[in-house]
Amino acid sequence: MANSLTAGRLNPLYVLLLRYGPPRWSNYIREHWLGQRLVIGIPFVWLLLFFVAPFLIVLKISFSEVQLAMPPYAPLFEWAAETKRLVATFNLDNYLFLLTDDLYVRTFSYSVKVAAISTLFCLLIGYPMAYAIARSSPTMRSVWLMLIILPFWTSFLLRVYAWVGLLKTDGLINQALMGVGLINEPLTLLYTDFAVYIGIVYSYLPFMILPLYANLEKHDLTLLEAAADLGAKPIKAFLTITLPLSIPGIVAGSLLVFIPAVGEYVIPSLLGSSDQLMIGRVLSDEFFSNRDWPVASSVAIAILLLLVLPIVLFQRFQNRELAGQK
Amino acid sequence: MTSRGWFRYSALAAGFAFLYVPILSMIFFSFNNSRLVTVWDSANSPTLKWYGELFQNDQILRAAWLSIQIAAMTATGAVILGTVAGLVLARFGPFRGRAVLSAMTTAPLVMPEVITGLSLLLLFVAMEQLIGWPQGRGMLTITIAHITFAMAYVTVVVQSRLAGFDDSLEEAALDLGAKPAKVFFRITLPLILPAVISGWLLAFTLSWDDVVISQFVAGPGSSTLPMVIFSKVRLGVSPDINALATIMVLIVATGVVLSALYLKRQEARRVREEQLARAGD
Repeated sequence: MANSLTAGRLNPLYVLLLRYGPPRWSNYIREHWLGQRLVIGIPFVWLLLFFVAPFLIVLKISFSEVQLAMPPYAPLFEWAAETKRLVATFNLDNYLFLLTDDLYVRTFSYSVKVAAISTLFCLLIGYPMAYAIARSSPTMRSVWLMLIILPFWTSFLLRVYAWVGLLKTDGLINQALMGVGLINEPLTLLYTDFAVYIGIVYSYLPFMILPLYANLEKHDLTLLEAAADLGAKPIKAFLTITLPLSIPGIVAGSLLVFIPAVGEYVIPSLLGSSDQLMIGRVLSDEFFSNRDWPVASSVAIAILLLLVLPIVLFQRFQNRELAGQK
Repeated sequence: MTSRGWFRYSALAAGFAFLYVPILSMIFFSFNNSRLVTVWDSANSPTLKWYGELFQNDQILRAAWLSIQIAAMTATGAVILGTVAGLVLARFGPFRGRAVLSAMTTAPLVMPEVITGLSLLLLFVAMEQLIGWPQGRGMLTITIAHITFAMAYVTVVVQSRLAGFDDSLEEAALDLGAKPAKVFFRITLPLILPAVISGWLLAFTLSWDDVVISQFVAGPGSSTLPMVIFSKVRLGVSPDINALATIMVLIVATGVVLSALYLKRQEARRVREEQLARAGD
């Protein structure tokens, strides 16, 4: 209960896991109120128009041919006046291009690799923190949680930028390492894969900690006491009880980090090398620099195809968490 | 037990150091005299000169004003749409299209921004061709795009707040003959007000912070503050950005702490009033 009370106030992220209960005035509404359709219609129409329709347009353009015009793509459907028929020309060239051009296959696998490694590091750093917070006293818990949320409210862009100052050749980290005599030459930290991992872990850490915390906080601690009474060492009790119970939190947190990280644009642009781009950057370069809207659209569709499974999994886990709540 | 306590505190200490050292270093070097951001010029520092420069930078001031306007409109729009969506999902029970609405409000939470940005831009271009609206791109298109992804967050916040209350008060009011609209404004809305307020703040922050989606749907002459910052820091570190960051961090930190205290007090008062009401029975 304390959990759902704090949920709406301080920590908008972990409420991702805590959603609705079974409604009861629903029956009343359904039977007695015609206005309900109107009310449902407001967010529904907005999202259909500005969230679903855009994807259909992207899908459509991904099948068309690039053209020197404004907008720079050929129409997919044409009214053939002579035959009085609507002619659709589906063009798979963009997708073939993605599959055959080495660049795209490489950037896709690189993006997945970066996202996966960053997710793993988020988990390694976030799990002990979430665990420590969940086992603190209730007063300290809300303080720790607020400290986790606070950076999330400050500008994401500026927090990534802060790392440029730390990782530069004459940046703080190199100065500190040389100051204590660990290294003689400054290390190249900025514009490397390492810098991208740090940037992603740093920006997405709250997304990992909050679902993990929401899970760990609900655990029944008497299970651990029972294990201790029966002679299990704390580490064994952790591995056989706490860890398996926290798998839903691990999955939710990991997906919450992994999915957006694959398409990340700002972090690799500021911290990563320009030799190996991530897929989000390639998409925007195709669009802005090459003005090739059809290829950019097919890249977007390819990213979506890659992510559709994790997204469905995310929604599935979220719903299961709800079912377990009641 | 003590060894576990030690482990817990070191995990927290290391984690919070990781989260806060970059922010603190940014604040520290905003008072540095040298243009080389990370080399402390001890002879002439600390100084406020970068703050002075910041307030003379027209480009940044104009962009900040645009961003504030967009963020305020976004937050208001997203709160209205998100509250309605949250209410519908939490209270309206099963209806046709419920699963679709639920999916449409969760997907934007994890959707990579480049995809949202690209697809919205293509929609705006197509709409302009078809119906001549929206004309060109700028404040309006950025606001629409921001509302669309921010409302998903508001929905989740409102929905979970509603889940924390059972609906007996609402049912009682309906049984006594109040119209659903009246029930909403007199009972539901006051109950979920803290969630609505934090939803508004969250939507404001999300919009204020967004660079990727804005870059896609902005037109010439409508650069938001994050867009200006992004193009500046791509060229390397710049001390006036440190000053800007410091100001923003201070505002946000004060705001978050104050609103947390305020909401905590409200909550305590509500609980106390409920207890009094029960005691009065």
